[in-house]
Parts: sequence; structure tokens; C-alpha cells
Amino acid sequence: MQTLTKTKKASPLVWLGANGLRILVSIAVPVITFMVMRWGFMFLRDSEAPKLVIALVAIIWGVGGVAVLYLLMNWVVEQLPTDWTRRVQPFVFIGPAMAILTWFLLIPTVRTLYLSVMNRNSTEFVGLSNYIAAFTERAMIESFRNNLLWILVGTSACVILGLLIAILADRSSFETVAKSLIFLPMAISFVGAGVIWRFIYYYRPANLTQIGLLNAVIVGLGGEPQAWTTLIQPWNNLFLILAGVWLQTGFAMVVFSSALKGVPEDLLEAARVDGANEIQIFFGIIIPQIKGTIITVTTTIVIFFLKIFDIVIVMTGGQYGTEVIGTQFYRQFFSNRNFGYGSAIAILLLIAVIPIMIYNLRQFGEREAF
Amino acid sequence: MASVTYDHVVKKFGDFTALHDLCLDIKDKEFLVLVGPSGCGKSTALRCLAGLEEITGGEVRIGDRVVNDVPPKDRDIAMVFQSYALYPHMTVYDNMAFGLKLRKTPKEEVNERVKEAARILGIEPLLARKPRELSGGQRQRVALGRAIVRNPQVFLLDEPLSNLDAKLRVQTRSEISKLHHNLQTTFIYVTHDQVEAMTMADRIAVMNKGLLQQLDTPHNLYDHPDNMFVAGFIGSPSTNFFPAHLRNEGDDIVVETGAFRVKLPAAVRETYKSYVDKEVIFGIRPEDVHAVDYIPAGISSALVDAKVDVTELMGNEIFLYLLIGGNQFVARVDPRAKYSIGDEVQVALNMDNCHIFDPAANPDNPVAIR
Repeated sequence: MQTLTKTKKASPLVWLGANGLRILVSIAVPVITFMVMRWGFMFLRDSEAPKLVIALVAIIWGVGGVAVLYLLMNWVVEQLPTDWTRRVQPFVFIGPAMAILTWFLLIPTVRTLYLSVMNRNSTEFVGLSNYIAAFTERAMIESFRNNLLWILVGTSACVILGLLIAILADRSSFETVAKSLIFLPMAISFVGAGVIWRFIYYYRPANLTQIGLLNAVIVGLGGEPQAWTTLIQPWNNLFLILAGVWLQTGFAMVVFSSALKGVPEDLLEAARVDGANEIQIFFGIIIPQIKGTIITVTTTIVIFFLKIFDIVIVMTGGQYGTEVIGTQFYRQFFSNRNFGYGSAIAILLLIAVIPIMIYNLRQFGEREAF
Repeated sequence: MASVTYDHVVKKFGDFTALHDLCLDIKDKEFLVLVGPSGCGKSTALRCLAGLEEITGGEVRIGDRVVNDVPPKDRDIAMVFQSYALYPHMTVYDNMAFGLKLRKTPKEEVNERVKEAARILGIEPLLARKPRELSGGQRQRVALGRAIVRNPQVFLLDEPLSNLDAKLRVQTRSEISKLHHNLQTTFIYVTHDQVEAMTMADRIAVMNKGLLQQLDTPHNLYDHPDNMFVAGFIGSPSTNFFPAHLRNEGDDIVVETGAFRVKLPAAVRETYKSYVDKEVIFGIRPEDVHAVDYIPAGISSALVDAKVDVTELMGNEIFLYLLIGGNQFVARVDPRAKYSIGDEVQVALNMDNCHIFDPAANPDNPVAIR
């Protein structure tokens, strides 16, 4: 009690005398740190030193710098009066992440938005005309149609197949082998998958040796080789979607598989005793139990197929009516160098993804994953 | 309402035999308790009856019907699980109605039966809630309710009380007994708790290591255990056992252990005559050991010397942990008796209630001599 009164009464000068050194250190340490960090940055930018040295400095500067900055900021904040520490500390923790997100995500998004209302070389304001074009141009309408096809057919196929395989694998004795085989495509890059499937569908005229797997099989069975990816538009899209499904089913299966293992065996037994058959148990007990997982997987795959680009660009380059929003954006922005139109398409894609993202986040929130 | 028969039932899990040649005849409307230490096969026996496990050999009958190959839903049984296994995504009402709906019961009848069951169990106000909003005791009632509404031939209860706290367990115990009385249905109840078994059962089946040890009324089981396992398992604290020899002494037969000699009552002399000079196991329940000052009238008592190791006052009685020779044994004596640790005392054994087992027939589990 006595010390408390004393401190309260102490004059600012006395207080400064007692804490002056602390204040000095509080200012000096950050300044020195920033100087060191800046030196590291300059060194990395301008140095002519051997590559190995630069790499080492980059690792130490990068990883160590982050750690030092964090420790330092935290230390500075802890020097503040307690209630101020409490107020400021959260920003020390999430501040850097927010700053990086702002720099790499928010600012580019705003810039894209700005570009989308400008003309092709960003010199003139054109209002919404880029957007109007995006909704009226034939290639874009085709893209929307195809993306819808990707989402509807591709997502349902992935979810249904993934769930089916997860359940069957769960009850079979060679679960691990089956699951590994189906998960394997996940390890292949999208471009790689595109190349693989391009060769599966590869077409050569009937008088030549077929190098595509599908046509080789068909010719082997006495049929005519077909140019699968150019056939009957828009259904040729399904051949591309198949490649996407091949890639994504493994993901769906693995997530479903772990969710299925979380359904207590007791519940299934209780339902069995209650008189349910296996199909009733599946739809009445298991599906409601893993509903959250189904939603998460579905939305994740929907977003993936909305943004689909690599497979299409590798397999058909967007020809034969297989154009999607992603390839259209690429074509307008980079090939045609129409920055306004390209940006408008990018923004449309972003807007399409947002509701799904929000729904997904809300789902996570409900299950207290955050 | 039906009888249940286990006819030489064998259940194997790979090389492990969970049930050895189990024979049980459970009468219509009987309350049978399967009791035994964990891993004794009691739950397996119940699950075989429910149809959740396929039996390896023998026959299970409900009424006159062999149900070996009948799926659980067609056996007309209801089961209460230890975890309750309530469907988390359904309300209490739907949990209870699930089995009826699957059987295409008319809506009004479902409603009527659920309401009636809820009334019996006093859970009417909870019908609209989800299981996660209920306390343990309430969940337990819903699980019972789910079984009641089905009006099955046989009720199976798998340790239904083990997730409740001690007080609620005692209360629910008597409620289940009442329920059995009102429903007039066959109950088969699995527990590891011999107090539950003793208090609720019409008959008890004691099991150990997949073998039926004894099937009898609680009274007979307590007073006339068939073997050493039953004598040790039923009753708390457990029966005291001493390796001993029977000797002739004049007209009398005495039990001679390394530490004491006690005379058998004249009435039982004939029974044990042929075991004279053979190795036996002498068993005496703690409540049949009396303080010398408080020997009940009319019993054939035999005095032995012992040393007090520990005393535990329970209020209505004292648990005395005594040392005789090298053996520790327990006595439950009158609370008025005065004992201190280290006292050299005399205690009186009630020889009318002693149990003598013959290890020659089965060294692992000596059989009672009758």
C-alpha cells in the first residue's frame, strides 16, 4: 500500500530518471534491429557474393529475421503499462500476417478492380463496359456454361465417388492399398495430369498406329479411333472433367474416410437393432453424421473447379468449345493484353467464389474449427 | 415376450474363444443378469443374441425360433447401449420414433407410443431436444425409451448404468427393476457390478473367461457358490480363502490350515467325510467372521487367533484386516467392537456358513463340495 502511494506521488522527472534507461533501450533496440534487417535486405539485393553465401544469408535473414522481429515487438509491447500491453499485443501477433496479406492479396485485388473499369491499356475509364462484354461475348458465355458443367458434373462425381470408395474401402480388407492407389493422382501436378490425359485421348488417323490409350483399346477391339476431346461439343468437356475427377476424388475419399471412422460403431449397431437396413443406415445415420465434412469437401472442390485452368490449357488450350473462365482470363490478359477485360473476368471469378467461401467459413465456425 | 435359449453357443474371434459352449435357458419375463469381470464374454453373449456378432457354433433361440442367421432387425429385440448410442442429429422424439418409423407404423400410433414411453420415463418435456442438450441421466432414459416404444420380445441392456454417477445409478437401478415389473418382458442385463446383479436379477449368470460359472438366483449364488470363482466374485469384500486339510479328530472333522484348526459342525460331517486327509480350500465370507463379544446366537462358532493389521470404520460396521499366519483376511464385525492396529485378538468364524472347495477336480477354479 505504501509503495503504491509513493509511486503515484513521484514527479514525472523522478519517473523519467528511473525509467529513462528503459525508454532509451526500448528505442535503441528496435532501431538497431531494423538497421541489421535492412542491411540484410540490401546485401541480398545487391551482393555479388557466391550463391551459397547468399542462400545462407537469405535463410538466416529470413527465418531469423522473422523470429527476431517477433521477439523484439513482443518485448517492446511488454515494456508498456499492463493494460496497454493487453491492447497492443494482439496486433503484434496478427499484425505481420495481416500486413503480408494486405500487400500480396488485398492491394492486388483492389488494383485488379481498378483495372477492370479501365480500357485495354488502362488509360481511360470505361465504366462497366468490360463487364457487359464479359456477359455477352460468345467465348465468355461458353466459358460460363463449361464452368457450370465442371462444377455440376465434376463436383458431384468427385463427392459421390469419393464417398462410395471411402465406404467400400472402410469395409474391405485391402483398404490401405485401395486408398493409396486412388490417392496417388493427388501427388501429380495439374499440368502433369493434363499431359497424361491428353495422351490417353490422343487421336491419330485410322491408318496410323494409335499412341493414345483409349483409341488403342478401341482399335484393338476392332473399332474406329475417335478424336475424343473435339467430339460432340459441349459434351467433349466431360472428357476433360474426367481428368479433374481423377485428380480430386482421392482428396474427397481421404477426407470422407477419416470422417466415416469418426462415426461411432455403437450408433450403427443401435440402428441395426432398431430395424434399419444398411441403406437406411447410410442415409439416415451416416450421412447426417458427416454432413459437415460433405459440405466442406463439396465447396472445396467447387472452388477448385471454378478456378480450373491447367487441365484445360494443357489438353485443348480452350479450343473445341472447352474454354473456361480461367483460360479466358489468361487469354485476354496475357495473350490479347487487354488488361481491362482480363481484370473484369478475374473479378467475376472472385465474386463467384466469395459466397462459397463465406458459406464454408460459416460451416467451420459452427463446428468450432476456428 | 419370449424365452431365450443359448444352446452350446461358441464364439471365436480368430484364435481367441470368447464363449466356450455357453448353455443358458432364460425364461419368459425373467430378469437375467450376466455378470463377470471385464473380458469374461458377457457382452459378447449379449451381442450374439442381438445379432451384432455371428456365432461360431451352437444355436441361439428366441422363443422357439432359431435366430442364428436372422439379422438384428428381424429378431424383435431392443438394446440399450453403454454409451446410449443416441442419434445425435435427431430430437429425443425422433430417436424414440426411429425404430417404429422404419417398421412403417402409422403416424398416430408412433406418436401415441412415444408419448406413452416418455410419460413412463418422465421425459415428456425433453421430446423436442437434441441428445447433446441432455444430462447423462436424461440420455440414459431416452435410450431406455427408445427400447420401450418398440415393445420388443426381449430387452438387452449392456452396462446401461456404468456412465452414471453413483447416486443416479442407485436410483436408476430401482427404476429399471420397476420397469421390468411393469413391462412384463424378458430382460437380459449385462454388468460387471455384482451389486447391480444381486439387486436386480431374478437369476444371475456368473461368467469368467468365456465360461458360465453358475446360473442361479441371487440368494443361492451367495449362499451356495458352485466354485471358488463365484464365491470370490459375488460379495464385497471378497470371500477369504485358505488352503487347508480336513482331519478326523475323534468323531469330529476339523479344518486344519497352517495357522489355525477349526471344527466343522456335526450337521455337515457326512458331506465332507470322503475328503478327510485331502487338500481342500477353506472359504469364509467376511460377515461370517465375528468379534468375540458380539457373536450372534445360535451359530456354530470356532475361535481363531489373529493380529489386527488395519481397521476401517464404515459406521454400521468395521472392516478388520487381520493377519493369520502369513495370510491376510477380512472380517466385517460389529461397530461396537474395539480394535486397534497391532492387537492380538480372537475372532469367531461362523462354521455353518463356511465353504469348502475341492482343488483336485479343477486346480484353477476349485469346485464346492456338496
